[in-house]
Amino acid sequence: MRQRHTHAQRRSSVARRDLPFRVAIRGRRQHNQGVKIAVCVKQIPDPANPGRLDADGKTLARDEKLILDESDSYGVEMALQLAEAAGGEVVLVSMSPTGEVGGIRTALAMGADAAVIISDDALAGSDALGTAKVLAAALRRTQPDLILTATESTDGYTGTVPAQIAELLSLPSVTFAKSVEVGSDGLLVRRQAEYGYDEVACPLPAVVSVTAGVVEPRYPSFRGIMAAKSKPTEMLTLAGLGLEPSEVGWTGARQRIIDVSPVPERGGGEICEDDGTGHERIVALLEELKVL
Amino acid sequence: MNSYTPPLQDMVFALEEVCNIRSFAAMEEFESFDPDDLHHVLAEAGRFASEVFGPLNKTGDSLGSVRNPDSTVSTPPGFAEAYDSYVEAGWGAAAFPLEYGGGGLPWAMGLALQEMLTASNLALSLCPLLTQGAIHSLLAHGSPAQKAEYLPKLISGEWSATMLLTEPHAGSDLGALTTRAERADDGSYRLFGQKIFITWGEHDMTPNIIHLVLARTPDAPAGTRGISCFIVPKFLPWQDGSPKMRNDIACIAIEEKMGLHASPTCVMQLGESGGAVGYLIGDENAGMSYMFTMMNNARLGVGMEGVGVADRAFQQSLQFARERLQGRRPETPAGKQSAIISHPDVRRMLLTQKSLVEATRSLCYYNATAIDLAKAHPDKSERAKAQELCDLLTPLSKSWGTEVGEMVASLAIQLHGGMGYVEETGVAQYFRDVRITSIYEGTNGIQAIDLIARKLPMRRGAVVKELLEQIATTAKEMPDELKTLREPLEEGVESARRCCDWLLAHPGDNALAGAVPFQRLMASLVGGWLLAVSSQASLRMLPAASGEEADFLRAKQVTAEFFCTQILPEACALEHAVTGGAELLYALAPEQMR
Ligand SMILES: Cc1cc2nc3c(=O)[nH]c(=O)nc-3n(C[C@H](O)[C@H](O)[C@H](O)COP(=O)(O)OP(=O)(O)OC[C@H]3O[C@@H](n4cnc5c(N)ncnc54)[C@H](O)[C@@H]3O)c2cc1C
Repeated sequence: MRQRHTHAQRRSSVARRDLPFRVAIRGRRQHNQGVKIAVCVKQIPDPANPGRLDADGKTLARDEKLILDESDSYGVEMALQLAEAAGGEVVLVSMSPTGEVGGIRTALAMGADAAVIISDDALAGSDALGTAKVLAAALRRTQPDLILTATESTDGYTGTVPAQIAELLSLPSVTFAKSVEVGSDGLLVRRQAEYGYDEVACPLPAVVSVTAGVVEPRYPSFRGIMAAKSKPTEMLTLAGLGLEPSEVGWTGARQRIIDVSPVPERGGGEICEDDGTGHERIVALLEELKVL
Repeated sequence: MNSYTPPLQDMVFALEEVCNIRSFAAMEEFESFDPDDLHHVLAEAGRFASEVFGPLNKTGDSLGSVRNPDSTVSTPPGFAEAYDSYVEAGWGAAAFPLEYGGGGLPWAMGLALQEMLTASNLALSLCPLLTQGAIHSLLAHGSPAQKAEYLPKLISGEWSATMLLTEPHAGSDLGALTTRAERADDGSYRLFGQKIFITWGEHDMTPNIIHLVLARTPDAPAGTRGISCFIVPKFLPWQDGSPKMRNDIACIAIEEKMGLHASPTCVMQLGESGGAVGYLIGDENAGMSYMFTMMNNARLGVGMEGVGVADRAFQQSLQFARERLQGRRPETPAGKQSAIISHPDVRRMLLTQKSLVEATRSLCYYNATAIDLAKAHPDKSERAKAQELCDLLTPLSKSWGTEVGEMVASLAIQLHGGMGYVEETGVAQYFRDVRITSIYEGTNGIQAIDLIARKLPMRRGAVVKELLEQIATTAKEMPDELKTLREPLEEGVESARRCCDWLLAHPGDNALAGAVPFQRLMASLVGGWLLAVSSQASLRMLPAASGEEADFLRAKQVTAEFFCTQILPEACALEHAVTGGAELLYALAPEQMR
């Protein structure tokens, strides 16, 4: 029979065992209540359903129930692990033009402590920079020690928002984090790279984008779901953030969507029978593709 | 390919529009229930079920649970971890009292949670389901000390529980059981005997297993009046209270079965060395009546198992029908094949599956609502009425839910063609797994006896007649947009009324001969009624709906019309079988039957 812990044993060992990195908060903690981590999260239409474009055919219809973007769940999980190990607080920051909160509730149910939601009709049509401006303004009010984001959203895929937030806030930007350690003198981030990983040290506060898949996001517990309702959720408008409608939305966007077209169907491919000269054909093909 | 998507939209619709679950929020018992949470709670539970339980369904089937030479049972890889996450997430506690660490939600919601676990992985879901049965028994009849000792750990799922009823000579006829319970000096009992077919009787997922065992004390009267119910923990508490002492109960074999391979079905031996220590629940000789208090919940749960598996089989059928190309329809260009979903008979199969799933889901949820109202309605006479309704509906939910499970899984095989019969697609497993549900927890034949002999005679048939009256009213008030539903429902009510009168006038073998067809007729009629109610709600909601929601609401009307005009009449034709009497069934003597 396989070795198994009793439940109580397991529960207490969970945090330690599952932690892929060590978290050490010295110095900071003595002065502070622990680390305050903001996670920027996005709610998107469920990718399991066939997506639809809205009336003008330029953007994804977002009139249904929205869920937490899976790529954000890794940042939430990482923030929770950091806060659990070191003491501290996790605040979600999200821009949600429709006022929908289903996805935020999921992240709160996972264990985040509070949420700041920016909801305003004028936000519809915001491009990446517009989004970054809004999030940066909200983060300025929240004053976190560390800002986590995903590397890109699953419905938009621009992948530029994290660096834009950092630039707007004049903070260091570290991208594609595999693990994050918070120490007395700042951050130590292992950064995913093709050849392995970089170790990057930087002072806090900083903006770190978290690579999908580096931690295993927990499932919200039943109790977590019930508790999520009573967690502080602040709803802000543009005016509340001191932003002008002209800076965001369709009017503020510096990017124009000219056309949206379906991905072309994949062709059938070409099958070559190898009659002994197959290698020559392969070389010719590679040359054609200019890779040789 | 065979993933499971929780049917959240239909679940929420059924709970809100058919069961009126929003009204529960005003009841003291459910003060922690917030109707606005409904979708969110179900969505998270569904994600858990489909992502954690779901992927293990197939490996569980191919590897199965295995008994080791030391009498332990090893579950398939991943099961123990999945069960741990289930406990960690706390889903098992959702619909139990706050007092013992539960979440205080209505049972109707608990049942919806169960549906998703069951659909994701029937074999694994049986472990928490059996635990639920024991929790209900202890809640109703346990002493305060027993409740304090066992309920928190059972409700959290840290420990699991079982039901040890069946013996080689006592299956449907539990009165014949012979397991002995001798009184010991310390007030406890020592049990001796053998139980068979015990689901999750031994396993490696929890540190302790609490067995509830039916047995007889030495001087007990014969039959069901002499049965007592005992708590027999696998591990007894040591001095420090921790469960360390192995009790004298062991799994001596597990069965090889048609399906449910991951759920160990155990032969349990009690008292090989001195007697298994057991603690009496309530009074001696009252065990059977205690079983009856948990029976409504347990039987409804089994009906829901059928519906859950049926839904999963339907989902997979639908996906296959969209992808499989075969034959050419006129609209398909020459030289190409059409998806089989474009063929009329495939449409028939799909709509049959869909409407049966939705009708039985509504029936089971509605039944659960009656359980909730019987417990929590502020008005005493309403509570009594709800209890009667629950008693009446339970055999219908159990039998029809499980029959639909089989029918829909069988149709899924049919729709897949040869690939359905081949294990690779996974639909054959649904059929093999769900086949047991019409047998355990009282065979569907035994359910029908319960319906005819106990439920129909309630207030001399008035309880059934009142339900029929309600259906007739719905039919009469059916708006013109839905007038196609009116006639089949009215005819259904008429034939059910005639059946009731006949059955009440012909008690004994004649009524028993028609019991199963009557059960099917009644269940189909109630199912059709609830679909008609859904249709009315969708008509009301349509003007404010758009996009996907409007599609869903329109589909509700199509489903109801298909069911009421094409499936219900078939069930009503069973009237001939209901009123056929026993004579023909006995026309051939046993030795003449060949
Ligand atoms: C996989 C599996 C899991 C199980 N899990 C459990 C468990 O956890 N705990 C437990 O205690 N038991 C369990 N059982 C046992 C199950 O509840 C019984 O098999 C069931 O009650 C039927 O009893 P039986 O097998 O003795 O059939 P029988 O009672 O012999 O029935 C045979 C047939 O005769 C019919 N019949 C019997 N009596 C009558 C009658 N009076 N009138 C009309 N028809 C009648 C039945 O409907 C049936 O069709 C399990 C069985 C299986 C296969």
